[in-house]
Amino acid sequence: MDTDMSGIIFGFLFTVILAVPFGKYISKVFKGEKVWTDFFTPLENLIFKISAIDPNEEMDWKKSMKAMLLLNLIFFIWSFAVLLVQGWIPILNPARIASMEPSLAFHSAVSFVTNTNMQAYSGETSATYFSQMFVFTFLQFVSAGTGIAALALIFKGLTQRQASNLGNFYNLFLKSCTRILLPLAFVVSIILLLNGVPQTFKAQQKTLTLQGDTVRVATGPVASMISIKQLGTNGGGYFGTNSAHPFENPNYLTDMVENFSILFIPIALVFSFGYYLDRKKLAWIFFGIMTLLFITFAAININYETAGNPLITKMGINQSLGNMEGKEVRFGAAASAYWGVSTTSTSNGSVNSMHDSQMPLSGGVYMLDMMINALYGGVGVGFINFFIYIIIAIFISGLMVGRTPEFLGKKIEAKEVKIAALVLLVTPFLVLVPTAIASYAVAKNPNLPWLNNPSFHGFSAMLYQFTSCNANNGSNFAGLGINNYFWNIIGGIVIFIGRFIPIIGPVAIAGMMAEKKYIPESVGTLKAESYTFAFMVLGIIIIVSALNFFPALALGPIAEHLAL
Amino acid sequence: MKSIRNVLGLHFTTLIMFGLLFPLLIWGIGKLFPQQANGFPIYKSGKLIGFANIGQKFTEDKYFWGRPSAVDYNAASTGGSNFGPTNPAYLDSVEHRINDFLKRNPGIKRVQIPADLVTASGSGIDPDISVQGALVQIPRVARARGLSEDQLKRLVDEHIGKPLFGLFGPERVNVLKLNLALDKLN
Repeated sequence: MDTDMSGIIFGFLFTVILAVPFGKYISKVFKGEKVWTDFFTPLENLIFKISAIDPNEEMDWKKSMKAMLLLNLIFFIWSFAVLLVQGWIPILNPARIASMEPSLAFHSAVSFVTNTNMQAYSGETSATYFSQMFVFTFLQFVSAGTGIAALALIFKGLTQRQASNLGNFYNLFLKSCTRILLPLAFVVSIILLLNGVPQTFKAQQKTLTLQGDTVRVATGPVASMISIKQLGTNGGGYFGTNSAHPFENPNYLTDMVENFSILFIPIALVFSFGYYLDRKKLAWIFFGIMTLLFITFAAININYETAGNPLITKMGINQSLGNMEGKEVRFGAAASAYWGVSTTSTSNGSVNSMHDSQMPLSGGVYMLDMMINALYGGVGVGFINFFIYIIIAIFISGLMVGRTPEFLGKKIEAKEVKIAALVLLVTPFLVLVPTAIASYAVAKNPNLPWLNNPSFHGFSAMLYQFTSCNANNGSNFAGLGINNYFWNIIGGIVIFIGRFIPIIGPVAIAGMMAEKKYIPESVGTLKAESYTFAFMVLGIIIIVSALNFFPALALGPIAEHLAL
Repeated sequence: MKSIRNVLGLHFTTLIMFGLLFPLLIWGIGKLFPQQANGFPIYKSGKLIGFANIGQKFTEDKYFWGRPSAVDYNAASTGGSNFGPTNPAYLDSVEHRINDFLKRNPGIKRVQIPADLVTASGSGIDPDISVQGALVQIPRVARARGLSEDQLKRLVDEHIGKPLFGLFGPERVNVLKLNLALDKLN
């Protein structure tokens, strides 16, 4: 077996093996049981005291969602304000970077508060060290904490028997940050630092190259950001080229560590479901469904990227490296494709190669991956999205056998199904309608400076953009010119709705289920731990995505592939 | 009102913890590893000439060349070409690079040119080329420097970055380090 494939296979297995016990740890944190990170207790209590929070106060779903929205509103106001005035802040700005223009500041703030990290700015030229730390690194912790806390509310809801309490949002939020994200971020930061990811407050470094050119090299407090960027499925890079940049990702070891970090918490959260509800087998079934699709996607893309671009092969050069446009030699085509599928599965959105330059069907797989947005998924929100597919699968199964559907001993009734359907339909609406508007604008005015690739690929870039915004992914076909009013504002709105509807809807469902009477399983119940149920969920994921998005995908990546 | 106090308190305490103290902690630890925490700077007679992992532009015959760069190796504003795989402008630029390479490396055939030498990297500052990418340049560098090809072959061999633990990832050659060693040969 060649060393490219062994790196991927080892990397994935290693991630899963560590994710199982970490899932157990997470469920203990959610339940407030004794864990080794209890040394944070005094610090957390201090924070609760300063904030006048009673961490044991019970919250129902409405109260906890109100708390979440209010907290995120403060995050947004702070970030928007800092980005608007960053150029006037006298400290931590050695390169004298200017303030952001309002639509860019709006887009960047929304994008990072929502864990999306779509970047219409380039870090090294448009963000001061102050913003990198006090806006972006900060938000990468707390937006991830928000998502994880929301999932903890749902877990609690699924175990309640006729009680409305989902736990305390503030408590779950803070502990997700201190006990799940912080320890991991510390370890990963140190590994990255030791491999040459800078952590410095020095200004750009002026170098005189061997050939005698003067080149300025951007640097900064990078190592502390890259760890949480990956672990929190944020994805927003310190530099414009993200994890393709050698200061973010200097060698194959850091690549493996970062790819591990992308997948680790999302996979661990699937197992934490099993430990929290004591349904370990069910967690493995969910993991199996996700992994089946994940591996299929990875196999397709590794195949296309390592085979190389047939149009280049025709030119008669040596194509043994595969499609190298937009890729780095130290990772190679295979690891770049594996990373791409990891980052689009998990709503991370960091890239170690340019997705715009990958083969048409690779790009199509990335889009499909983000349209599903639940194969492990973003921290917290990925499993929340998966929960919606479960509700729909149970509903349809119920229709097929003519019984009121139940899940985990609770009836799923009209109200819950309506909410689930709404959440599911928001995705195609937020992706397809803006893409259509953008396409119309381009067709009407071909001189718009948006597309740097013509034809099918240009359409793909716009479809990818809104897919990524809605999925809160943040990767894009970077050739698309998005730093302008249209993309900043429409994109920002899509990101905002695409974040909060899919959190509030499922938490509401869990809140309603919590209040219902528990009905023990009977002969007529569709057993969750069964192949039938697993196939139903898998089928729903595939059918829903195909019905919603096949026409659009046919116009972009599939058409481009057929024209090769 | 109470919830405003709650969220403001949480906001500012977490802001200080994650926005300030965490980066400072990593920075403090980095002080113990100055080479690493500064990204492995390379000095020559006291002057900063580059960083081990940041690619530089090489165009002269006497140096091994790195990969094409969409930003001309501007390490203060990095970027890839973001050309789609079927874009005619992209295919033209690759064909153009192949012809350029053939012109400046007489005796080399198309099939000897590896893809990395004619495609733009993701970062625009890729520090590495493939092993074949270094080997194919040996005749040109040897001629320009008046060195034997065997000597250069040995030098390239010494500079092959092996897969991690010999098991994971591709082989590669760091262009800057290779060229620094090359300058020492003469």
